[in-house]
Amino acid sequence: MEYVAPNSLDKAAEIAANARGSVRYLAGGTDVLVQLRSGLHQPSLVIDLKRIPGMLDVVRTADGGWKIGAATPATTLNAIKELRQSWPGIVEAAELIGSTQIQGRASLAGNLCNGSPAADTVPAMLAAGATVTIVGANAERKTLSIDDIVKAPGQTHLKPRDIVASINLPARSQKGADAYLRFIPRTEMDIAVVGCAVNMSLDGETVSEASVALGAVAPTVVLVPEAAECLLGTRLEDEAMENLSMSCRAACNPIDDKRGTVEFRISIAGVLAQRAARTAYQRARERQ
Amino acid sequence: MALDDAFEAREFKVVGTRPIRPDGIDKVTGRARFGADASASGMLHGAILRSPHPHARITSIDTSRAESHPSVKAIVTRDDFAKELSGEDWNVLENVMAGERVLYDGHAVAAIAATSVLAAKEALALIDVVYDPLPFVTDVDEAMRPDAPVVREGVADESVPEGMNPNVVRYHENGHGDVDIGFAKADLVIEKTFKTEAAHQGYIEPHACLAQLGADGNGELWCCTQGHFVAARICARLLGIDASQLRVTASEIGGGFGGKTTVFIEPVALALSRKSNRPVKIVMSREEVFRATGPTSSASMDVKIGMRKDGRITAAEGEFRLQGGAFPNAPMEFAAMAAFAPYDLEHVRSKGWDVLCNRPKQAAYRAPGSPMGAFAVESVIDELCNKLGLDPIEVRIQNGSKEGSRAAFGPRFKRIGLIETLEAARAHPHYRAPLKPGQGRGLSCGFWFNHSGETSVTLSLSYDGTVSLAVGTPDIGGSRASMCQMAAEELGIPFDRVRTTIADTGSLGYNDVSHGSRVTYASGLATIKAARDTIQKCCARAAEEWGIDPEAVVWEDGCAKPSGHNAGDFEPMSLAEIAANMGDTGGPISGHFEATPTGAGVSFATHIVDAEVDRETGAAKVTRYTVVQDAGKAIHPSYVEGQFQGGAVQGIGWALNEEYVYGDDGRLQNAGFLDYRIPVASDLPFIDTVIVEVPNPGHPYGVRGVGETSICPPLAAIANAVSNAAGVRMTHLPMSPPRLLKAMQEAGIG
Repeated sequence: MEYVAPNSLDKAAEIAANARGSVRYLAGGTDVLVQLRSGLHQPSLVIDLKRIPGMLDVVRTADGGWKIGAATPATTLNAIKELRQSWPGIVEAAELIGSTQIQGRASLAGNLCNGSPAADTVPAMLAAGATVTIVGANAERKTLSIDDIVKAPGQTHLKPRDIVASINLPARSQKGADAYLRFIPRTEMDIAVVGCAVNMSLDGETVSEASVALGAVAPTVVLVPEAAECLLGTRLEDEAMENLSMSCRAACNPIDDKRGTVEFRISIAGVLAQRAARTAYQRARERQ
Repeated sequence: MALDDAFEAREFKVVGTRPIRPDGIDKVTGRARFGADASASGMLHGAILRSPHPHARITSIDTSRAESHPSVKAIVTRDDFAKELSGEDWNVLENVMAGERVLYDGHAVAAIAATSVLAAKEALALIDVVYDPLPFVTDVDEAMRPDAPVVREGVADESVPEGMNPNVVRYHENGHGDVDIGFAKADLVIEKTFKTEAAHQGYIEPHACLAQLGADGNGELWCCTQGHFVAARICARLLGIDASQLRVTASEIGGGFGGKTTVFIEPVALALSRKSNRPVKIVMSREEVFRATGPTSSASMDVKIGMRKDGRITAAEGEFRLQGGAFPNAPMEFAAMAAFAPYDLEHVRSKGWDVLCNRPKQAAYRAPGSPMGAFAVESVIDELCNKLGLDPIEVRIQNGSKEGSRAAFGPRFKRIGLIETLEAARAHPHYRAPLKPGQGRGLSCGFWFNHSGETSVTLSLSYDGTVSLAVGTPDIGGSRASMCQMAAEELGIPFDRVRTTIADTGSLGYNDVSHGSRVTYASGLATIKAARDTIQKCCARAAEEWGIDPEAVVWEDGCAKPSGHNAGDFEPMSLAEIAANMGDTGGPISGHFEATPTGAGVSFATHIVDAEVDRETGAAKVTRYTVVQDAGKAIHPSYVEGQFQGGAVQGIGWALNEEYVYGDDGRLQNAGFLDYRIPVASDLPFIDTVIVEVPNPGHPYGVRGVGETSICPPLAAIANAVSNAAGVRMTHLPMSPPRLLKAMQEAGIG
């Protein structure tokens, strides 16, 4: 196995394009190193992205959005007050991953590229309408939505030589907020049995825009537009909450495994959706 | 037993204080050497090939491709171990390296020694094993069915009735009275079935060893173990060498809890070393620890108890079915014997069944069998108290075992402290603290026998008057500190004048494993006796110097003194003075003691638990926990409290989330700490402790073992708290959120 740490994205793309055999990209390494150690992946080349300028940076864009370098760890996100205020759901999702030590390395981009349906930040990014900037094999740049990338457990629609350069978050409307909640049997150091992100904007006290995403209840993280629909025009009255739960439960296509049963995951998806919606709603009201 | 083993009340100077543990600095600075910290020049690294099948015949093992790997220096299979073993020796060998069949997922099949860890692992893939998969069974109830796949034929002993599945290998029964008469007198009889899943001890340090064995049968072994003398004995048998030719040194140990009382990798490393003529080191991965060491048994149990309206228990009956993997000796008799021990019952009957499954061979885990039995019995008592509107502590005091009570397992109790723990629990503010909505309170008693075992200790004086104490019981819970305290107490010198070392097998007489909560009792007793032997010798030296009779010399405050004016008028002679001159006054001075003491005192505890249940998700959280336990005499109270807290924490894990999960393919699904969920710090409340001291009449200071009793009540106490919070009786542990939510939904709650 060979290891390289190029100092530019173009250089990284060139190395990747010329590589023979399998390539793994290394950001924080909280998934990749574990997989190497367990023998799950045995790449012939590991390309470390952390030496590339900008990969560890968070930049406010001209339109008020955010550009987050692909190797930026969760702790960096949490340290940026304005980001926490704009996208509290994304930051709290990142801050749930693993332990304090893991959060010092783990990145949004890595969480996305790992392809886990139980990834904590992916539902939050999906609900947020985040986009992903990618450098392809011949160094061309393209921008995809999160939905374009998620594919199946352990797989993404990224091409083998695609490099994720940044995660881009849109500007936050004045009256909006998001929230992410997951269910784990412990209080930390665990993987979501169910995850749910809700992102919304208010018009006065009424929900004017909404999106709902679920994790760990289907082969991929899923956006649930029918659930979001239940929130529109409401103030989260009981009936809206019931509808939200039902829509989320209907969107579940989970498996029985060591972490939870089908029926448990379906049940919990409805519970978490209500709780996440209430938190997002409360946050949005407080922003006004 | 000699009379002077007996408890004698006295004022203590060192015992009962809380000095800093002598091994503490080594551990916090990283200087302490654990199993994997040893290396030797020319050392090879071993790796073990493990079965992917829960049950299969091994058709062939072809090692030729692996042998041609340039880094591989030796490969061993079952052929490289002793032949014609029988009984438990054969069981241990069969578990260490499979013979004709693999019996569980993770069962060792072959091992390689190579020049690097990576090369050894890489070469494992070059060993070609052809398996013929066989039907398997991993659940204890299924394994008892007449048509269940048979794990092994011919294992059952004569205790098992005719006509049962060969997987049922031992039967046990105890009790007295006539339960039918007793049940007829009850106002309410409750009978329920319970299940607990297999839990792993979860020690942080994986098994590791460094072995050297020459063709002459002369060897050295360094390993992380709870008992190096026992490891030497077993390894010698498995390798066909003389026990005294194998010197075993115990490393520092990163937790054992019973799981390191046997051997797994040590005989393999020795066999690889013998074949390669090089030192061989093996370090298990966490996955190997889960798949191929010894978790505790899973259990299936029926318990029936009858109670009068006034709270008196009229009869109790239990049946305890435990699987211990593909080998006999699941601790079902301990479950059956301990379950009703806290109660003074006229009519009681317990039955136990030992059942084989295609799982790894169970190993001891802290009071083996008792926590499961207590879970079943104490849950039924809680239900009876709820239904009859009785206070759970008053009912337990009313029925509790006391001195002279006939134990359900036979003998009459000597002086015991159960009632004292219940009274202390009743007096604790926790018991009266109001509960918040959604919370429930649970209570349970627990019992453990406590063990003694072969024990040898040597105490030697240095010329400067300091003391070297050699014990043979690895320090798994701060015992070196306790030993220093007991030696210092007897000798009348400060704690820091004594250093306790865990001596290797070549340096001390035989010692049983550090298990059965025996170390502070047995090694402590031996230390006291070795100190008294030393004092006797010191007094003799003083008598000789003073020209008086040795009987006319007494030992006080660290000095030899004439016993009175009649004995003569001499200045006291300190230990340091006697030691400084020992070479010229008769030679080196050492005290010894070796025995299998017989006065281990049983121990009881009462735990109070508050738990909170999220009725929408089935998440349960322990919000408050108080341990009250009889320690007899707490030598070092901090480490006693640590044992209390540790037992409670492991119990919380076992009760709420820890379990071995087997898939439909018979393979372990959660061989790692991610999905085998021991509690993390944020899962736990502060564990409050109350030490009760009712002296054990069989120890000079009154010590009772404390390490195991603390894990006996938690499963039941937590289950009672969660059941009371959830509004539904939980009968299957762990009460993981899916299980708890389902139980609430089925009961129409939430």
